[in-house]
Amino acid sequence: MTLDKARVGQKIVIKDILDENIRVQAIRLGLYKGANVVCSAKIPFGPIIVGNKFQEIAVGRELAKKIEIDIVS
Amino acid sequence: MSCCQGLKINIPKGAKKIVLAGNPNVGKSVFFNALTGMYVDVSNFPGTTVDISHGRFGNDVVLDTPGVYGVSSFNDEERVAKDVILYGDIILNVVDALHLDRDLFLTLQLIDMGKPIIVALNMMDDVERNGIKIDVDKLSKLLGVPVIPTVAVKGKGISEVKNQIYNAKVGNSHPKILEYIKSIKDKIENQSEALMILEDDEDMLKKYGLKPFNLREEIYRLRRQRVDEIVSEVVLSDYSKSSIRNKIGYYMLNPLTGIPILFITLYVIFKVIGVFVAGNLVEITEGTIMKGYYEPFIKSVISKFVKGGVIYNFLVGEYGILTLTPTYVLGLLMPLVVAFYFFMSLLEDSGYLPRIAALTDRVLSFFGLNGRAIIPIILGFGCITMATITTRLLGTRKEKIIATALLGLTIPCSAQLGVIAGMIAPLGVKYVLIYLITIVSVFVITGTTLNKILPGESSHLFIDLPPVRIPRILNVLKKTYSKTLMFLKEATPLFALGAFIITLLNETNLLNYIQILFAPFTQNILKLPKEATNAFIMGIIRRDFGAAGLTELALNKEQTVIALVTITLFVPCIASIMVMFKERSKQEAIAIWLGSFIIAFLVGGILAFILL
Repeated sequence: MTLDKARVGQKIVIKDILDENIRVQAIRLGLYKGANVVCSAKIPFGPIIVGNKFQEIAVGRELAKKIEIDIVS
Repeated sequence: MSCCQGLKINIPKGAKKIVLAGNPNVGKSVFFNALTGMYVDVSNFPGTTVDISHGRFGNDVVLDTPGVYGVSSFNDEERVAKDVILYGDIILNVVDALHLDRDLFLTLQLIDMGKPIIVALNMMDDVERNGIKIDVDKLSKLLGVPVIPTVAVKGKGISEVKNQIYNAKVGNSHPKILEYIKSIKDKIENQSEALMILEDDEDMLKKYGLKPFNLREEIYRLRRQRVDEIVSEVVLSDYSKSSIRNKIGYYMLNPLTGIPILFITLYVIFKVIGVFVAGNLVEITEGTIMKGYYEPFIKSVISKFVKGGVIYNFLVGEYGILTLTPTYVLGLLMPLVVAFYFFMSLLEDSGYLPRIAALTDRVLSFFGLNGRAIIPIILGFGCITMATITTRLLGTRKEKIIATALLGLTIPCSAQLGVIAGMIAPLGVKYVLIYLITIVSVFVITGTTLNKILPGESSHLFIDLPPVRIPRILNVLKKTYSKTLMFLKEATPLFALGAFIITLLNETNLLNYIQILFAPFTQNILKLPKEATNAFIMGIIRRDFGAAGLTELALNKEQTVIALVTITLFVPCIASIMVMFKERSKQEAIAIWLGSFIIAFLVGGILAFILL
C-alpha cells in the first residue's frame, strides 16, 4: 500500500519511494527503504505528516501516493 | 577553486577560512557572532536570494553558510553552502543535539569530504530537559573529531569552541565510501571534490567533464545507516516522550484548530502593519521626513546647479530620481518591508511557517502550487516587488509563472490596500462583499486556468517541520535586517529606472496620449468618468497613487466598486513589472503584464454591466 492510505498513529516501514528526485532528499531526512516511521498526522485531503523520533516531515498527498509502505503495527 | 568569485570577500594572505555549517535553525549565527564580534559583512551570492555573512577571527576569516541538510545542489541554499564549504580550511559544524539523527547526516558528509572538523553539540539544555543523555566522548571517538557540548544562546561552551577551533581534525570517513573515493583518486585528488563527483553533483561533474557514477543513492544509504548506528550507540535514553511543544505543533496543523490560529495570526499581522506601520509610521517617514525635510532640501541643492527644464525634472521633478524614488523606497516601502520581514522571520523561527505551508498545501495545489507558495502570497500583501523576488524559492518554472501572475493580478499591496479599505468601508457590507468575491474569483479562475494550460510539472510539498520554539529576538532582527538590506539593494535601481521612464513619458507628453487612448475604455466599458483613466495610469507609477486618485472623483457606490476592482487587477506598479522582467523571461513577463491589463478591463466591464 501507499503512504496516503496510512492511518494516524500507525507504525509503518518504508518499502520504496517512486519519485527519483525526492528519494535522494528523503534519505537525508531519515526516510529511506527500510526506515521505521510513524504516521503522526494527516491533514484532510492534504499532506501526510510522518515522524521518526523527534523529526517530523510533511509529505504532499500526491507524493505520498508514490511512497510504498508496509504497516508494522 | 571555482567558488566565491561572485562573493567579493577580501581574504588576507595566509588567512585560514573557517566555515560554519549546520542544519537550519541550529544556532549557527550565535557562534558566528561570538567568533567575529562586531565587524560583520553581508554579501549576496549572485543570482540567488542567499546572503553570506563573513567576519574575522584573529587573523583568519569566518564564513557563515545557509542552513542545509546536506552538501549538494537541490536548491540555491545548498549550492551556496556547498561552494563555501568546498572552499573552507576548517569546518565548525553546529549540531542540534536534540536532532542528532537528522543533523549527523551532514556531519558525516562533511567528514567524508576529508576536511578538518570540529563539532559544536548545541542545545544541550533541550536534551536534558527532555530527559535524554548523550555520551559526548563516545560520539567524539566514533566521529574522530572534537565534539564540544554547548548551549550557545546562554554562552555555555562558546569559549571552549573558540579555544579548540584549531584542534579541528579530519574525522573517520565511512570505510566503504572512502574506498569509492580512492577508486577515482587518479582522476580527482581533492577528497572533497571526489566525494561531490561520486554523489553526482552536476557542477562538479561538469568541472571535470565526467559522467555521473550513479552512486549517490548508495552513498546516502550507507551514510544514513551509519548515522542510525551512531545514534543508537551514543543516545542513552529513549526519546519518544511527547512534550507540550509537540501538542502546540499538532494544534497548528489540525485544520479544526489550525485554520482559526492561522486567521488570528494573519489578522494580528495585518492589524499591526495596516494600522500602525502603514498609517502612523509611514505618515512620519514619508510625510514628515521625506516630503517635509528631504525633498525641499534636495530640490534646493539641485536648483543651485540646474535651473528648471528637463534635467531638473528628471532629477527632482514630480517623478524625479532623487525625489520620487527615495521617498517611495525609504519613506513608504522600507517601513512596510521591515515589518513584513520581521513577522515572516518570527513565523519562520518559531517553526510556524512550515506548518502554515503544510496546512495550505491542499488549497494551493488547485492552482498548480504547493504549500511553500504561501510565503510569496503573504509577502504580496506587503509589496508585490518583494514578493515577486521571493518566487525564486518555488520549485519549478511553472510554479514561478503562476505565482508571479497571481501576485501581479490579484494581490493588492499594503500601500494600495490602505486606500482601498478607506474607500470601500463606508459603502457598506454589500459592496465590500462584491469586491472581495470578485477578487477571490479572479484569483481562483486565473490560478486553475494557468494550472491547466501551462506545460510542465509542479513540485510536491516535502518539507521538514522543525520543533515549535520561541524565536530568539536577536536572530529575528538580524534576519529582518539582512533581508531588508537585500530588498533595498535589488529594488532601488528598479524604482529609479521606473521614475526615469515615467518622467520620460511625461516630458514627451506620451502620458497624455496614453490617457486619451484609454479614455474610451474607461467611459464605455467601465462606465466611469474619463478622469478615472488618470488614476489608472498613476497606478503604474505607484499603486496607491492610482487608488488615491479615485477619491477625488465623484463616483456613486457602484462606480466606486468597479473602479476599485479594476485598479486592483490593473497592472502592478512599474517596479514590480521590472522585477517580473528580471525574474521571468521577456515573453512571460509581457504575457503577465498584458494579461493583467485585459483581465482588469474585462472584469471591470462585466461588473459594470451587471451593476449599472
